[in-house]
Amino acid sequence: MNRKLTNTSRRAFLRGSAAMAAGGLAGAAGANGADPLITETQDWAIYTGAGVDETPYGLPIRFEEDVVRRNVEWLTASPISSINFTPIHALDGTITPQGCAFERHHSGAIELSKQDYRLMINGLVDTPLVFDYSDIERFPRENHVYFCECAANTGMEWAGAQLNGVQFTHGMIHNMEYTGVPLRTLLNEAGLGAAGDLADKWVYVEGADASSNGRSIPMEKALDDVLVAFKANGEALRMEHGYPVRLVVPGWEGNMWVKWLRRIEVTDMAVGSREETSKYTDVYEDGIARKWTWVMDAKSVITSPSPQSPIGHGHGPMVISGLAWSGHGQITRVDVSKDGGMSWETARLGKQGDSKALTRFYLDTTWSGEEMLLQSRAMDETGYVQPTKTQLREQRGENSVYHNNCIQTWYVNAEGVAENVEVS
Amino acid sequence: MSKSPEILLPALGVTGIVLGAVAVFSARNYEDAEVAALQGRIAQIETRIDEATGAAATAREEADAETARATALEARVSEIQAATAERGTGGLSLTAPAPQRGDGYGLGRTALDEEIAAWDVDVLPDGRGLPEGRGDVFTGEEKFAEACASCHGDFAEGVGNWPVLAGGFDTLARKDPVKTVGSYWPYLSTVWDYVHRSMPFGQAQTLSDDDVYAIVAYILYSNDLVDEEFELSHENFGDVEMYNADGFVVDDRPEREYSAWRLDPCMENCKESVSITMRSTFLDVTPEDGGESVMNDASTGDGPVFSAEPAQDATAGTEASASDDAMIEAGERVFRKCKACHQIGEGAKNRSGPLLTGVTGRTFGAVDGFKYSDAFEEAATEGRNWTEEEMVAFLENPKEHMPGTRMSFPGLKDDADIAAVIAYLKSFDG
Repeated sequence: MNRKLTNTSRRAFLRGSAAMAAGGLAGAAGANGADPLITETQDWAIYTGAGVDETPYGLPIRFEEDVVRRNVEWLTASPISSINFTPIHALDGTITPQGCAFERHHSGAIELSKQDYRLMINGLVDTPLVFDYSDIERFPRENHVYFCECAANTGMEWAGAQLNGVQFTHGMIHNMEYTGVPLRTLLNEAGLGAAGDLADKWVYVEGADASSNGRSIPMEKALDDVLVAFKANGEALRMEHGYPVRLVVPGWEGNMWVKWLRRIEVTDMAVGSREETSKYTDVYEDGIARKWTWVMDAKSVITSPSPQSPIGHGHGPMVISGLAWSGHGQITRVDVSKDGGMSWETARLGKQGDSKALTRFYLDTTWSGEEMLLQSRAMDETGYVQPTKTQLREQRGENSVYHNNCIQTWYVNAEGVAENVEVS
Repeated sequence: MSKSPEILLPALGVTGIVLGAVAVFSARNYEDAEVAALQGRIAQIETRIDEATGAAATAREEADAETARATALEARVSEIQAATAERGTGGLSLTAPAPQRGDGYGLGRTALDEEIAAWDVDVLPDGRGLPEGRGDVFTGEEKFAEACASCHGDFAEGVGNWPVLAGGFDTLARKDPVKTVGSYWPYLSTVWDYVHRSMPFGQAQTLSDDDVYAIVAYILYSNDLVDEEFELSHENFGDVEMYNADGFVVDDRPEREYSAWRLDPCMENCKESVSITMRSTFLDVTPEDGGESVMNDASTGDGPVFSAEPAQDATAGTEASASDDAMIEAGERVFRKCKACHQIGEGAKNRSGPLLTGVTGRTFGAVDGFKYSDAFEEAATEGRNWTEEEMVAFLENPKEHMPGTRMSFPGLKDDADIAAVIAYLKSFDG
């Protein structure tokens, strides 16, 4: 019964029913006299609720069961080698709960216990080493919040407005507080004397799963802010995010954040693995591919209102909310346009100062039922301004697949229903 | 493993310096940790210098070398400290940096050769890492049919959404390029490495080295890179030339894009008008009852058109002749000369010149909050209005028409420009 109700209400949201847009539920009750939810004693005020141990590890209340990762089946050949999307339309703040943070597997998520976990460092090091899990927790560790964005996020939208929902257009992203050991510390433990001049050296990182996903990271980055992480948002990593140990490569494309990290090899050239040649390279209009396009440029999107989160209230005060991020550092400003980019207002940043992490923005405004073409535009600490789709296409054409950080447009109609569109 | 400092310290001395040099790029919160680590190193070196000084003559040279090393490290410490001081605190909310012991923590154990051999199987573009072995196209075809064809097709053409491995030549510069081993992959090493480590899907790392050589030979044959007699081996591996070996360049976004997109963004009057050019292809991406994504029936014509002109002029706008629109558009271009000092339209504010929204017919010197020159104050008391004649005369030669105006603009020489900019100013009336 309750499931059915929830489904119906979700459909109502998606279709933007007149009832939802007419004036908000509490308002309607007020107009018809006293609210029985207030005047009549409700069951929950009479009977007792759930005991403390009912759910030893809590899940969201059933009313929130729509707030889940979703997969678009036809995008990939098999869910074993696929991706799903974070429900960013339904989240606020910046931290992504692990349970709804997007997953990307190349050969499925594996169960690897801490007891069975081994991490090898080899290649051009003084002493090749093997660590077990408990070793990792004995090195000095740090906590950092970072976003992880798949290079293909918004990739379907290169050729035009495709998927009607911010979960699908922008949901290949999550943002967690990681606990981990700087990769630099582990490299130092093995000793980099054997590598000689580090300027042209690389670190090849590889996962323990069947895809054996591996990526080459230039030594400069490896010694900078890369973390070997074992906790996220205070608890152990989830299986789907690489339990027990994954790599965190701040600001760089998610594919490099190797999960189930099993090996770190110091090399004198990029390995040229499948994931850094045939995939995760950007073919421009001229047919020439760009490689080593690691940094995720500044990007933002309005998460509410959006197609899955239409305006569910009447005219009057309204909060426009969204997310901004940059692989180059801090977000310094986000502007919002209601008229498709003719004019812009500067939004309020929820919390400033986080580098390479999601920043929440708000535009506290008024809606009188007018149609809107909503856009957001991020700026980062380097002065980079998030480009329009037109600007991106002028540079790269439409076949790039990866690294689409264009300004997104939502068309909001008079009923408050939002749709993914492109504008002139 | 147990590490004896005597063995590791010399090596780490070099490492420490090089690490320091690379860490110029490192995040600010690591600097304190690095300074502490380097200072620890200097202390160690100084102890050894003391020990060496006064010992045998051979130790003297060693001491000199150590002194030079300590000096280099000290220089690095001052460099980091200076950089930190220059940057200031900046109000960053970063966590305290983890310390890093210069001589390591003695954690982990030495990896055994057979362990490294088991896991370190990647193959570099120059062929390093390849095991000895061989396999021909004919054998490869059989192996491919057994192990690969269920997903990639008998001819490597791909089944369903699974990757196409062959063909796609000359498609990279057209719409929807077909990126196959033949048309796209730059290195043969990648093919061998990937088949060997990650394939077959669901049975990774079960193929023998010779099978991998054979399957790779067949994939090359499917792409017309070799003939049917071909046998691939570790010996001739380097002779195979991939079609797209030169098809890659290093990320050039910094040169192509960053310089152009690090500009102060437009806030007002950024476009003349906006309309929807494409609507979402899919409406309901993941229907509640499962099944296919629901397509969108709406067309772009159903959407609104946003215009710089006010909404109540919408009807008039559609009736207005094309030449009027062209005139306004031309006027907008002329107005660029005025933009440094004047704003117009929704949200416009006074800058060094007054805002110009609704200027047509307005009394001179009438914008609230703008400090006018005496000339304009006087004109205001006289009740002069911005008629078309006044505008034309002022725009032709501001200083002559309004002696004492602070507007430094010399005036517009072209009558057409004057008419256009007036049309543009009028377009904001209402």
